[in-house]
Amino acid sequence: MTTTLPTAAAAPALPPAPSTARLVGRAVDFWRLQFKRTWRGTWASTVLTPLGFLAAMGLGLGSIVDNGSGASTLGGVSYLDYIAPGLLAASIMQQASFESSYPVLGAIKWAKQYHAQLATPLRVRDALAGHVLWVALRLSISALVFVVVMALFSTFHSWWAVLCLPAAVLTGLAFVPGIFAFAATLETDSGFALLFRFAIMPMFLFSGTFFPVSQLPDWLEPIAYLTPLWHGVDLCRDLALGTASLLPALGHVAYLLLWVAGGYALALRHFTRRLVT
Amino acid sequence: MLSKVDGVSEQPMIVAHGLVKRFGDFTAVDGIDVEVSRGEAFGFLGPNGAGKSSTMRMIGCVSPVTDGTLRVLGHDPAVDGARIRARLGVVPQEDTLDFELSVMENLIVYGRYFGMSHKQATERGRELLEFVQLEERATSQVEPLSGGMKRRLTIARSLINDPDMLLLDEPTTGLDPQARHVVWDRLFRLKQRGVTLVLTTHYMDEAEQLCDRLVVMDRGRIAAEGSPVALIRDWSTREVVELRFAADDTETSGEKIEALVEQPERPLRALVSRVEVLPDRVLLYSDDGDATVGELHRAGVEPQSVLVRRSSLEDVFLRLTGRSLVE
Repeated sequence: MTTTLPTAAAAPALPPAPSTARLVGRAVDFWRLQFKRTWRGTWASTVLTPLGFLAAMGLGLGSIVDNGSGASTLGGVSYLDYIAPGLLAASIMQQASFESSYPVLGAIKWAKQYHAQLATPLRVRDALAGHVLWVALRLSISALVFVVVMALFSTFHSWWAVLCLPAAVLTGLAFVPGIFAFAATLETDSGFALLFRFAIMPMFLFSGTFFPVSQLPDWLEPIAYLTPLWHGVDLCRDLALGTASLLPALGHVAYLLLWVAGGYALALRHFTRRLVT
Repeated sequence: MLSKVDGVSEQPMIVAHGLVKRFGDFTAVDGIDVEVSRGEAFGFLGPNGAGKSSTMRMIGCVSPVTDGTLRVLGHDPAVDGARIRARLGVVPQEDTLDFELSVMENLIVYGRYFGMSHKQATERGRELLEFVQLEERATSQVEPLSGGMKRRLTIARSLINDPDMLLLDEPTTGLDPQARHVVWDRLFRLKQRGVTLVLTTHYMDEAEQLCDRLVVMDRGRIAAEGSPVALIRDWSTREVVELRFAADDTETSGEKIEALVEQPERPLRALVSRVEVLPDRVLLYSDDGDATVGELHRAGVEPQSVLVRRSSLEDVFLRLTGRSLVE
């Protein structure tokens, strides 16, 4: 064999590599276009979720709580005002987990959109970043709607409440890449049923959304403090009620960011392992 | 081995040396050498599991090379994968169309991945739908399209970036004969326009129709290489005589014929280069089928039916990769 390998210098010119931001933008654009096809069904749930929760839990259940011993346990605020920020954080978490589960496995296994993307200039990290960014956008829209509904119910006690929007999105994002990573390990969607039943649902119920975690049995209390949701709920609540102080708030933000970063590193690893074979 | 065009050496589109792909302990591609020039229609022919798709995925820069060297469009996929992919068109074995989007939207989304504007992608998409004869389906959903239409849409999509090279992994597997011929016709037009085509197939007729040159792969290795005509010349005879006998007779008749061909004084020995006894028939590979049949008759062999046909790529394929199923 006397064949010499061609050198890049003599090879046909390739187009310059686009910036990562552009490549990620192209992936986001795909999800946006796909959403345009299917968004009609989602509006109802985006608007009805906060309305339904606040009306039923806040006003309905709240009237009983406020007339009982609840008011003192909750620090003198109405039950509606107490649970509204908790419901905000918890429902954004719930949406985050849905958006990060089935669509991700679908893009790997069923519709294979990731595979289509990877045959183009997009790389695994672009496909991942694009999809995560898209989910972040979706969460932002839902959180915005929820915050507006909370304002209509006049549950806010302070102007700091506007920060509930980024705080809720950050709470959701704490779950997103981790669930992306989990989805990338699955062969069937039955793992998601376990995730929702044994992780998301218990968190929704016991991480301070509906009652202070101090009401939990002593052995369960520390576990609640470990969940990202509790940090999100506590942060949103302090902001909504105007009881936030700097250090605990920063602590919550840092803890949530840690989940985002850890989950993202894991997602990138699992995506690479699954998609680059 | 650079071909000279107007005194300027032209880079091959693909150069692979000792290319290896392993998945754990399993070696899918076991050290192959391949070179494909610009404008060539090149085929990887082989049974399932021969390593064709693994090779294609490495060439498509979506699967890392385990060992050996690979240059695609003159560049190293490990270094410039994304930039190489910008100039490739890929038709994967399984369609990756988005069922939630319309036919046209599938093209637009894909064009966007290559950095085209919405408008550019729409214009190009319209041309391509015309090319694959789907222009009336632009606004339809993808799901209800027939298998052949989906395949054509995937081909249209792969052309959105006007690629330097088109990679097709089993482009017509699972299609009915009409749909296959439409796909072949479109691919043949692309070839005439000078698009470099690289395809995998386990259909002999597909390889004969489309490929200027091909390699036969078996168990991760290249068993033979050449044009379809040269492969038939090198690995088979000009003609094949197919003899059928009464059901119980095939084996004994086969043994008898094998013995006849072994006899040095018989002209059969010179005529027949190989005898293959199959459960239902006996094949004699010969450059002169009619003379062979005449000699058999003279020797007292009386089959129920006789068929003299030209050798095909299928004979080469079965000779090289064997008749037994590897699964």
